[in-house]
Amino acid sequence: MAGLNSIDIKPSITQDRENPFKRNWLITSAWLLLAAYLIYSVNAMGLSWERISSGLGYADKLLDKMFPPNFNRWELLLNDLAESLEIAIIASVAGIFLSLFFGLFAARNLMPNWVSIPMRGFIAICRTFHPVIIAILFVKSVGFGALAGILTLIVASIGFIAKLFAEAIEEISLKQVEAIRATGAGFVSVILFSVMPQVFSRFLGFSTYQLDSNLRNSTMVGIVGAGGLGGTLFSAFQRFDYDFVAAILITIIALIMLGEFLSNIVRRIFR
Amino acid sequence: MSSTQSFLEIKGLKKEYVVGNPILKGIDVTINEPGIIAIIGPSGTGKSTLLRCINRLIDPTEGEIIFDQSDLCKAKGQQLRKLRRQVGMVFQEYNLVERLSVIENVLTGRLGYMSAWQAWRRKFSQQDINTAFELLEAVGLTEHAAKRADSLSGGQRQRVGIARAVMQDPHILLADEPTSSLDPKTAVEIMELLERFALEKNIPALVNIHDVTLARRFAKRMIGMSEGKVVYDGGPEGITDDHLKQIYGGESWLV
Repeated sequence: MAGLNSIDIKPSITQDRENPFKRNWLITSAWLLLAAYLIYSVNAMGLSWERISSGLGYADKLLDKMFPPNFNRWELLLNDLAESLEIAIIASVAGIFLSLFFGLFAARNLMPNWVSIPMRGFIAICRTFHPVIIAILFVKSVGFGALAGILTLIVASIGFIAKLFAEAIEEISLKQVEAIRATGAGFVSVILFSVMPQVFSRFLGFSTYQLDSNLRNSTMVGIVGAGGLGGTLFSAFQRFDYDFVAAILITIIALIMLGEFLSNIVRRIFR
Repeated sequence: MSSTQSFLEIKGLKKEYVVGNPILKGIDVTINEPGIIAIIGPSGTGKSTLLRCINRLIDPTEGEIIFDQSDLCKAKGQQLRKLRRQVGMVFQEYNLVERLSVIENVLTGRLGYMSAWQAWRRKFSQQDINTAFELLEAVGLTEHAAKRADSLSGGQRQRVGIARAVMQDPHILLADEPTSSLDPKTAVEIMELLERFALEKNIPALVNIHDVTLARRFAKRMIGMSEGKVVYDGGPEGITDDHLKQIYGGESWLV
């Protein structure tokens, strides 16, 4: 109480202080600029209300043609499905295995700069292009078919999870690493017994996520001729076989849900 | 003295992290006797650096560390790892691998004796496994063997840390502030444990320690460090308030 009284509060000083939450004109003008650009873009694309409503009319007709889905060519469908699944699984296993090493070599806390910087560059290049572009490149260089699809998804996997692996490794506690080094363990043993235990569960999470993503992408690479369901889907579109298209789309949904189910099981086993 | 083999001989050891700003300014210490040897001194005076130079977690700038008839400062690769596995280290914050179980942590003390291929297959010899369980019993943690290391209390973790160091079958133990994160009672228990293993194995245990009273109680010999130099080296009874003033500076803390 005495302490409070001793503070001399003088209401007589009436000079107004500035509100610390003041308007930042730079940010305000940035918002205004964004709004203006948005309005300009909508006009430039010719997105009028009539265009949208007439477009929705076409969509209605398409849906009419798609139902009921046509599963008459189920043998072709199953073959393609199996190919997509194989592409996804082979690419995931190979991609994750390679990413383990690439991620380790890219981790700045364990590797000298002359190793980690080139490795980071390589991973960044893998991530630069969309899988469709990579798939086109591989189809042109190794020919049509599943091999191009597998290579595409391996590259995509490395670009994504090698980076995540490297970041996970960079967040580990170096104290545990120091302790294992102090026992006289060699480099590989240090990785196995002090780095891996710290990152394993996160690696598993990233890997199941990548498997999921590869399953989805394996149905896409076929569109540019790299094997799997996508090729059949594309030709069905071109021949206006919309009921068969619907059957393929339903199959893809089933495949993705199966992948979700499998990755849940894997996660539960290793928890 | 010259005929008996010394455990450790440090000659003119210097370390500078920044060129021209040495943290260790020429340390000369010879360790001939087993048992606890306490290194006291204020924070930032290079005690930790000294211990980490001995097992080469830090590379010294200059000087020699003669251990097992080799110069640790010059050792590289395979030879360094072989020397390092003879040096058991206990850390202030235990540094256990938290996601591994207690018994697995103890067993990691043997990694220096195993190839990478054996380590990958977790192929610890039956004898190592038996020794690990015996050590766990010796530190009183048998019932915690299968628990994850991060589920233990501080004192229990430090016991695991000591068991891991002893598991290396070391010729010397180093302990970097092993009691600083612990309550006074647990601190005494940890010091007792270090003393017991040092005498049982007939090896020296170099212990960095803040607590002068605790150091006096357990140490056979005390090394006082101040500003990167050894300013006292002798029995615990010989250390006077004047020495402590010189080591820590000031005197208001001396009651």
